[in-house]
Amino acid sequence: MRDILYPLAILGGMGFLFGAILAYASQKFHVEVNPKQQEVRDVLPGANCGGCGFASCDAYAQAAAEGKAGTNRCVVGGRAVAEKVAAIMGTEVVEVTKKTARVICKGTNDNAVKKYKYHGIEDCRAANALAGGDKDCQYGCLGLGTCEKVCPFDAIHVTSEGIAQCDEEKCTGCGACVDACPKDVIKLIDINKRVSVFCNNHDKGKRVRQICGVGCIACGICVRQCPENVIAIDNDLAVINYDGCTNCGACIPKCPQRTISNLDEIISEVAVF
Amino acid sequence: MLGHLLILLVSSIFVDNYLLSRFLGECPFLGVSKQVETAMGMSVAVIFVMTMTGVISYVTQVYILKPLGLEYLQIIAFIVIIATLVQFTEMVIKKSSPTLYQALGIYLPLITTNCAVLGVALLNVQMGYNLIDSIVYSFGSAVGFSFALVSYAGIRERLAFAPIPKALEGFPSALIGAGLLSLAFLGFRGLV
Repeated sequence: MRDILYPLAILGGMGFLFGAILAYASQKFHVEVNPKQQEVRDVLPGANCGGCGFASCDAYAQAAAEGKAGTNRCVVGGRAVAEKVAAIMGTEVVEVTKKTARVICKGTNDNAVKKYKYHGIEDCRAANALAGGDKDCQYGCLGLGTCEKVCPFDAIHVTSEGIAQCDEEKCTGCGACVDACPKDVIKLIDINKRVSVFCNNHDKGKRVRQICGVGCIACGICVRQCPENVIAIDNDLAVINYDGCTNCGACIPKCPQRTISNLDEIISEVAVF
Repeated sequence: MLGHLLILLVSSIFVDNYLLSRFLGECPFLGVSKQVETAMGMSVAVIFVMTMTGVISYVTQVYILKPLGLEYLQIIAFIVIIATLVQFTEMVIKKSSPTLYQALGIYLPLITTNCAVLGVALLNVQMGYNLIDSIVYSFGSAVGFSFALVSYAGIRERLAFAPIPKALEGFPSALIGAGLLSLAFLGFRGLV
């Protein structure tokens, strides 16, 4: 009997004693938290995706409660959450601009020239460590699906043609793929801006022609076509400033490499994953 | 007597360094060693927890467990002590320095399951130290832990700016650095 009672008493006693000490300490060292912070935290989805630009939902709730961050930052929650956060903070509801991931590369297996056959780990970061991957293009999508693996929402997939493509309906704009991509070829772009330059290559035009059938050669035709003057050549790559883009598509038909496209056309072109 | 304690202190800091010779508690060694400042914070927390654990677990062992013949409860009892101390430290740090609390993040509660802390408690008993010995040994071990952690953090801070081959950037170079540091500590062997 003693063999059972003594251990029970000792460990039970220790548990009680330490519990009491901790209970007292938690009273003594209690930290006041902004009550609004908890309220904001409760209406957030809690996915900790980082789409708002903060490390976690808690961090965003803290910033929002202190008024340091806008009420419309949560892209996963969208308008519904923005309304609730605004109600808690007592401010006007601001529209959430939904951003989605966009792979700005058309270097499919047919279009892009490969410099070697890659038989390694199915991971873009591993391939990238081997002389920048199997494509001649140092900037393009490697198509090994690292983004697919890190996506918490099953929204990005590598197509049968060998480049990644995002499912905009599922994408919440959390940016996990953007961080994981070793080529920085995935960008977060406002979902309403449909026209994009689908190339990430900063090489000179001559080199681009040799290695990719659809790469931007920085000819500058689109710059002249754009009625809004929002396209510029940056380091041998055409870049659209999305703030002024009206989706007019004037740049699309004149592009000699067919690099610029309307995203809706691409989605209808490419086969289902 | 004093000489004996000094030897114990030096040997626990340098010769039997927990991180680099005994290879206990490597998790925070790699986790919180990116900045010297957070490494310092972690060190202070570890020194406090380790020393207190050493003392309290020694007292528990000698005055409670041993007379009742309950030595087999050692590990459970020690873990309870460590968990309480860590919780307590966490509350104090949260109150006194929110920045440090944020920086330490998950590693603070992880001291609970840090094998270095449990290692100190168990080794005190195994080696047959008396109370003074075990206080010195626990404190020395914790200081050795901190010494290794902070110096490694200094190395990693410089590594971040060093021109390293691309394949070795980040974690691989950190591991190589840890190995070299461990080799350097091997030089203390035979000192005591």
